[in-house]
Amino acid sequence: MSDKVLVIGGGISGISAAVEAAEAGQESVIIEKNPYLGGRVAQLYKYFPKLCPPYCGLEINFKRIKQNPKVSFYTLSEVQNISGNEGNFTVTVKVNPRYVTEKCTNCGACAEACPAERSNDYNYGMDSTKAVYLPHDLAFPMRYVLDKSACGSDCQACADACPYGAIDLSMEPKTLEIPASSIVLATGWNPYDASKIENLNFGAIPNVVTNVMMERLAAPNGPSKGRIIRPSDGKEVKKIAFAQCAGSRDENNLAYCSAICCMASLKQATYLRDRDPESTAEIFYIDLRAPGKYEDFLRRLQDDENVTLTKGKVAKIEMDQSTGDPVVTVEDILGGGKIKKQFDLVVLASGMEPAGPGANIPLDIPFEEHGFIDPDRLADGIYACGVACRPDDVTTSVQDATGAALATLQTSAKTAATAGGNL
Amino acid sequence: MEKKIGVYICSDCGLGEALDIEALKNIATNEYKADVVKSTPFLCNQEGAQMIKDDINNEGVNTIVIGACSMRHNTDIFDFDPLKYVTERVNLRDHIIWTQNPPAQKEVEPAAGEETPAEAEAAAETAPENAEGAGTDASEEAETEAAAPAINENTQEMAEDHLRMGIVRARASEPPEPHIEDINKTILVVGGGPTGLSSALESANAGYDVILIEKEAELGGWAKKMYKIMPDKMPFAETRKPDIENKINAVEASDKIRVITGAAIEKTAGEPGKYEVTVNSNGSSETINIGSIVLAIGWKPYNANRLENLGYGKFKNVVTNVEVEQIALDGDGVIARPSDGQKATRVAFLQCAGQRDPEHLPYCSSVCCLTSLKQALYVTEGNPDAAAFIIYKDMRTPGLYEEFYKSAQNNPGVMLTKGEVTSITEDESGNIILEIDNTILGEKVMIVADMLVLATGMMTNSLPAHIEGVNDLTPEYVGQWRETKTVDGVIKEVVADPVVLNLEYRQGPEMPYLKYGYPDSHFVCFPYETRRTGIYAAGAVRHPMTAMQSVNDGKGAALKAIQVLELASQGMGVHPRAGDQSFPEINYTNCTQCRRCTVECPFGVLDEEENGTPKTNTYRCRRCGTCMGACPQRIISFKNYSVEMIASQMKAVKVPEEDSKPRIIALICENDAYPAIDIAGLNRLNISPFYRFITMRCLGGTNLVWIADALSAGIEGFLLIGCRYDDDYQCHFVKGSKAANERLGKVQETLGRLMLESERVSQIQLALNEWDQLPRIMEDFAEKLKEFGPNPFKGF
Repeated sequence: MSDKVLVIGGGISGISAAVEAAEAGQESVIIEKNPYLGGRVAQLYKYFPKLCPPYCGLEINFKRIKQNPKVSFYTLSEVQNISGNEGNFTVTVKVNPRYVTEKCTNCGACAEACPAERSNDYNYGMDSTKAVYLPHDLAFPMRYVLDKSACGSDCQACADACPYGAIDLSMEPKTLEIPASSIVLATGWNPYDASKIENLNFGAIPNVVTNVMMERLAAPNGPSKGRIIRPSDGKEVKKIAFAQCAGSRDENNLAYCSAICCMASLKQATYLRDRDPESTAEIFYIDLRAPGKYEDFLRRLQDDENVTLTKGKVAKIEMDQSTGDPVVTVEDILGGGKIKKQFDLVVLASGMEPAGPGANIPLDIPFEEHGFIDPDRLADGIYACGVACRPDDVTTSVQDATGAALATLQTSAKTAATAGGNL
Repeated sequence: MEKKIGVYICSDCGLGEALDIEALKNIATNEYKADVVKSTPFLCNQEGAQMIKDDINNEGVNTIVIGACSMRHNTDIFDFDPLKYVTERVNLRDHIIWTQNPPAQKEVEPAAGEETPAEAEAAAETAPENAEGAGTDASEEAETEAAAPAINENTQEMAEDHLRMGIVRARASEPPEPHIEDINKTILVVGGGPTGLSSALESANAGYDVILIEKEAELGGWAKKMYKIMPDKMPFAETRKPDIENKINAVEASDKIRVITGAAIEKTAGEPGKYEVTVNSNGSSETINIGSIVLAIGWKPYNANRLENLGYGKFKNVVTNVEVEQIALDGDGVIARPSDGQKATRVAFLQCAGQRDPEHLPYCSSVCCLTSLKQALYVTEGNPDAAAFIIYKDMRTPGLYEEFYKSAQNNPGVMLTKGEVTSITEDESGNIILEIDNTILGEKVMIVADMLVLATGMMTNSLPAHIEGVNDLTPEYVGQWRETKTVDGVIKEVVADPVVLNLEYRQGPEMPYLKYGYPDSHFVCFPYETRRTGIYAAGAVRHPMTAMQSVNDGKGAALKAIQVLELASQGMGVHPRAGDQSFPEINYTNCTQCRRCTVECPFGVLDEEENGTPKTNTYRCRRCGTCMGACPQRIISFKNYSVEMIASQMKAVKVPEEDSKPRIIALICENDAYPAIDIAGLNRLNISPFYRFITMRCLGGTNLVWIADALSAGIEGFLLIGCRYDDDYQCHFVKGSKAANERLGKVQETLGRLMLESERVSQIQLALNEWDQLPRIMEDFAEKLKEFGPNPFKGF
């Protein structure tokens, strides 16, 4: 019997569940598929409504992990099998090879020597890294990783360059069996594939990007080092538009509201406005959803005369061939008729899609019709939190994860009581 | 403890090439008489760690100074029991050689890249030897003129000063002795609505004893006053009858939960793990001992009498959403209108009745759209001729609640329109006539309804009952301003009115609030981190939320209430220094009762004797050191963090006579500024070599005595790099960086006395993702100091 909680997913929800549980005395282990912890929030430039950097909260959470012997984690890992029941699970975890050992000092000699490149998924493919790379500036663990699929055959440049013998090209996947008393599903979300949205022409028009890409465009460690420039020609963006509900609240795409996109676009409008006083931003929306105290943030944008909020659904985006500008056609709900406008860049406020169904977790998980986990129907000892269960903002996800941490304590209390009874 | 200092310097990751390692070793050996001084390549591998462990075991080393990479890296390798050993990391790599990329060095780098791997390896092996050769020529003062030409003099001096500062910091530091007492692990839940019931049950299910107190005669709160509740289960499309009775029964049946109804708190004294709470229930008082508190006192409706412009109080058939719920409950679903008791079949709902309105409640109450959708169904259910009209600004049904909105849209009896009401009147039969403009239909619309429901909003019960608005609140607490004269000035503060907890805390009887009276956390990542350790607000008292969200919130808050006790029982602090076993101690002999520490502590840790002498409450403490910074007498210290320690670090900086080598102290916050400089280094940004970094738990620990001392010792200036403060604070200790800034205001006076420019001391607010701006910020400050000319105290 183990008194350990196993958390599947090392994003902000999973980290919070594991750390909160550990600080309450419950041992925890995080299983993460990426080579680093932090998930989607690690790719955000700023949080709404404070415009503070997600790196800041991650740094604190990583510090909590480093100092607490009760939290452990595996990156590049996936769950292969789960057996047993509450109080007594056995989880089989496959740890994929990083090809870089704990000897890595993140000195960077390997990447300097590496001749191959790979598309940088951290920046949503907008630039590239070497085949051996540090995932990002605040990567935790702070260690390089090798994407062997990007390597040339027989290339050993990185291994030869490493002064510390930290690169092991013969590393094999490892399989671990982890006993656990409870399991927390914190599988999070993926950005909705905007190319599925008809008429918006994402993918066909270079200057139409998604909101997650916009985060990277504004970040100092993004593909343009924080300059908001457009992909087609590198021109500074002066005139930006946001198309809300790009996929969300749409029966042909995501039937639900993604909960965060209104606030995200308002926030992203400030990215441009704070850089360039001459710039303009227009947001096309169905309803502006800024619940609770977020209203203050909406008011801040309403008070900015260079920001226009237009109630209307974007029906179509085309490209002006001579300039590369996206041209937006909007059904004007209040004014009636159609609006046609040209911008430097259009950001699609594309929604969040639950990652749970695609995560191939070998467990009978009660997904509702959209793929979110129904927490009320989970088996005993299995809990779920964050966007795995519903589209929500970061703070609510963390709150939810804290509740999940309590649930794992309850399993342990129950297990201990049963064990006591058996004595 | 008798200090036995071991200094270990890594020569890898370019350190051996960029620095004269032997000269660094000489500093440790000769200037500081360290007991063991070693350098090695690749210190962070297992052999390196083993070497240090061997010295601990064989040589008795108990104070370990590691000159290598950032303290954020390799924490698992350099992991020596903090209760036995002092470990100090000197960040020679990320903060120094990686931020010092003078052109000469840059030219070397590509050349190295062109070497064959074998040559590179050979170079790496020989580098430490070269450094040693250079080092043997170095004098005791570590004159860098003798260093090898590849070594930049400024970089070397930067490294040497940081090593000096690291050694003296370690020398002044002792392992903490944890403060451990027997603590009470009972959780007090205040408020018996859905949130409190959830907290109580969930805590009990985790094995903790709970006392649940409720001011009313029975449990259930608002949930008991509902005819139906909005959807709270997937697929979130249907309302249902409340099942709060099940929860109440479970709470009442639990042998781990004691319920006290008709209760009011007369007094809450003590600290986490040791609270004594005096509860008055139906006239008789008792004192209960508890460990931590969940504050789940909920919300109150906005006073609709202030909405006369919407017809409330003027027309009988204008009611609030709270009133219509009661009508539905009383009529078992039938809405009887107040004027004549007739069944209302045409009901209008006006959203944002007071909310999103700077005159009333500037915020959105989050639940009113859902509530009106629910109540619209009361009107239309079982009556195909009935009609409900919902007039909204934006329909806010975020996330999966969208399903509920859709089900209402598909209901032919429910009509929804965006619009602005331009007039509300009454006809002779009591009907309400609404004129609406700016609708989706693009024209003015008139609705004649049997009655009008105002979707009024929520206010937090953390505000006293008599407070009806949120726009002119005194800061942090409702109360009266008071000025107190102390030995060295006047303290202006709000004396707070008691509301619920009646805390016997020097700073006030309640949780301090942020905006609009909500005792919330402003941390996106840490929603429970408020300013009273051991007390966690949950539910609608914290911010507007639905009952389902409140139930979840109650669960999360319960975990935090448990966690603080588990950590306290080991003498450990909570977030953001969770696990820290150090705590501040006061040397009372020199206390002047100035009250600065008791006023400035962001967490209300210190109480006060009548005469102003501070009293500590260790379990309330978050270990930021703001008290230490506030104290002009320097009498507040941690075993491993003190005013003298940091003063000695500043004294350890060598101030050269040349004007071309100014020395600037940067006090950096360990949470954001420290990693920001790491990332600047990782990206090989070039920063001024004249800075000397001193790591602070929080800028709140900044003591003014350092500034006067250091400036009079020839330091050119002080740059404080910390987190943002005020409304959008990022300071992990909420008010630490602000406290530092307020203190800086006073330093001008001191500088004036020294005949120095006040701008020699400056504070900047830096976010962790603004590392790219650091070079400019630091260069600008250095330039400004240059304009002032050299510090006239230099050389004295």
